[in-house]
Amino acid sequence: MSTVAETQIKLTPEHDARPGATVRSRLQDLLPKIVLAPSFAATVVFVYGFILWTIYLSFTNSKTFPSYDITGARAYQRLWRWTFESDPPSSWYTSITNMGIFGFLYILICLALGLFLAILLDQKIRGEGVLRPIYLYPMALSFIVTGVAWKWFLDPGLGLEQTLHQWGWTSFHFDWIKNKDFVIYTVVIAGVWQASGFIMAMFLAGLRGIDGEIMKAAQIDGASTFQLYRRIVIPLLRPVFLSAFIVLAHLAIKSYDLVVALTSGGPGGSAWLPSNFMYEFTFKRNEMAVGSASAVIMLMTLTAIIVPYLYSELREKPR
Amino acid sequence: MLRKLFIGTALATSFAFSAHAADVKEVQMLHWWTSGGEAAALNVLKQDLAKEGYAWKDVPVAGGGGDAAMTALKAMVAAGNYPTASQMLGYTVLDYAAAGVMGDLTETAKKEGWDKSVPAALQKFSVYDGKWVAAPVNVHSVNWLWINKAVMDKIGGTEPKTFDDFVALLDKAKAAGVIPLALGGQNWQEATMFDSVVLSTGGPEFYKKAMNDLDEESLKSDTMKKSFDNLAKLVTYVDPNFSGRDWNLATAMVIKGDALVQVMGDWAKGEFHAANKTPGTDFLCYRFPGTDGSVIYNSDMFGMFNVPDDRKAAQVALATATLSKSFQSAFNVVKGSVPARTDVPDTDFDACGKKGIADLKKANEGGTLFGSLAQGYGAPPAVANAYKDVVSKFVHGQIKTSDEAVTELVKAIDDAK
Repeated sequence: MSTVAETQIKLTPEHDARPGATVRSRLQDLLPKIVLAPSFAATVVFVYGFILWTIYLSFTNSKTFPSYDITGARAYQRLWRWTFESDPPSSWYTSITNMGIFGFLYILICLALGLFLAILLDQKIRGEGVLRPIYLYPMALSFIVTGVAWKWFLDPGLGLEQTLHQWGWTSFHFDWIKNKDFVIYTVVIAGVWQASGFIMAMFLAGLRGIDGEIMKAAQIDGASTFQLYRRIVIPLLRPVFLSAFIVLAHLAIKSYDLVVALTSGGPGGSAWLPSNFMYEFTFKRNEMAVGSASAVIMLMTLTAIIVPYLYSELREKPR
Repeated sequence: MLRKLFIGTALATSFAFSAHAADVKEVQMLHWWTSGGEAAALNVLKQDLAKEGYAWKDVPVAGGGGDAAMTALKAMVAAGNYPTASQMLGYTVLDYAAAGVMGDLTETAKKEGWDKSVPAALQKFSVYDGKWVAAPVNVHSVNWLWINKAVMDKIGGTEPKTFDDFVALLDKAKAAGVIPLALGGQNWQEATMFDSVVLSTGGPEFYKKAMNDLDEESLKSDTMKKSFDNLAKLVTYVDPNFSGRDWNLATAMVIKGDALVQVMGDWAKGEFHAANKTPGTDFLCYRFPGTDGSVIYNSDMFGMFNVPDDRKAAQVALATATLSKSFQSAFNVVKGSVPARTDVPDTDFDACGKKGIADLKKANEGGTLFGSLAQGYGAPPAVANAYKDVVSKFVHGQIKTSDEAVTELVKAIDDAK
């Protein structure tokens, strides 16, 4: 967009002689800026403005309402102390360890499963048009629907366990959703179920974009199918991995509703993620400073992961 | 300083709200009583006000439940767009009063004699700095047992008078193959039950010191440890699938006869009524064993905001109607709670309601009416939630012994203060 604007500016002196045209061309210069201004302003205020506001609040003693007296880093000190309270686990310790487990497994399994399904679907099979939307549709559901459906399915008294007991397999036992040590894995299961189809679609698009000539050349050179994918296809899909990772990472960090709908926090709060912690402290416990501090830490963590990754991936591009 | 924020945000949002500025003859009400029984109970108030010529306008809240309503209220107040009144709980009223946005109903209170008729324990939340800022609607109490009578007859049980009696009764139910105790494994339900356990184990004096005054010596005393041990004993009588269950599903287990008893606040009675059950013949209500004579309460209040003068008349009408004897009786018969003033006749109430009213009066006079810590009437939300965390972690095994539990409780409450 900037190149367009620059060329226009260079053109303007020629039009200076005719005043009518000047106004018109000026307007043309400005039009993209005018059109973009509202959304730009909205982003600056509602995203970056409120990020700064949150950072500010985290250093105050805000409780129920925002307060503007800077009182130091007490909120961070408390979070820092809670970070190491593992026995019995503090809510913050539970939240961040859960984030680690959930984020790692969710992203990894979604990527692996999505790629695997995409490769299978790419084998020029019949009925692909029917199969593709079946895998994709879970993404059309909200997290609340996914959460409630899986809550019923995983509930030992209602869903899978109960059904298998009725069919006669009475020794079957699956109560992860009621178990404080395993409840976070049920969140992973539901999350993966929802997102992997979408990731599959992304990989499928990537696979369709690969030049068939390269594949043929590799086959002529005697590459096995495994080698073909390992050495050629997957490296070529690198940009798709980047997009998928970004999509999954932000879904993982903001999956608040899934935890609430699926587990309502889990036994003794054992399914909390940092987003649950933030909401709980800001709005239910009237500890806005602590809530803000936790939000800032979430942002920092995400930045620490995404920025180096984006940098390494996009560095080679500018040519 | 808070004002500054309010003004700033008000400027930004006043345009959006000015389009539907409040009518003088209109009561704007923010509440989350939308379920069948509650909405019906509130209709009584709407009709009372309509008779006096005031129109009722619900402030819309997206998404049910108190949390969403409180978030909406925060935004409205920050924008300077006060509702006439809002349903509020305990310390929230005091928080808003401290922020200087609540109105003053002292004149009305004097005229109507609220100082005498409303229990002193409730006035702690409805009066701020000598000024009436809220009208209490009801008094709920949490130290109740709800028992399925058919199951009780089958196992030959009688009313338990002490904690040991209660355990013996639960044993009987277990032997008969019924789930003895219906519990929903969510932190507020566990903590609500624990409120009663503490009162039963330590007595009224101890409950007040530990759960209302947050006295550290009491919190880490042996009596508190004993309370946690008693809670652990009760938890052995729940079914394995209890974790995360909603309270009304636990009540349904008792209604259907799958379980013998639930320890829950008197809002559970609404579920029994909805299932067409009558107290005495289908279900029984007893005080939690060892807590007879004391009442652990929580209360719904209508917080009254500092509205412009031309809207004050509507507000006074609302407050007067809310605390009128006829509404207090009509509303609480439906809601399952008891009136917030002690001079309302109990003629329309069922057996449990009559007992509730008598108990409240006795507790008010005897000084044994205590705020429920689990329900946010014992301490501010930060402390109450820290308490719920500890109780819930103890029930679910993250905290393993009662020694550890009291240490954690003291630490958590200290941290949240």
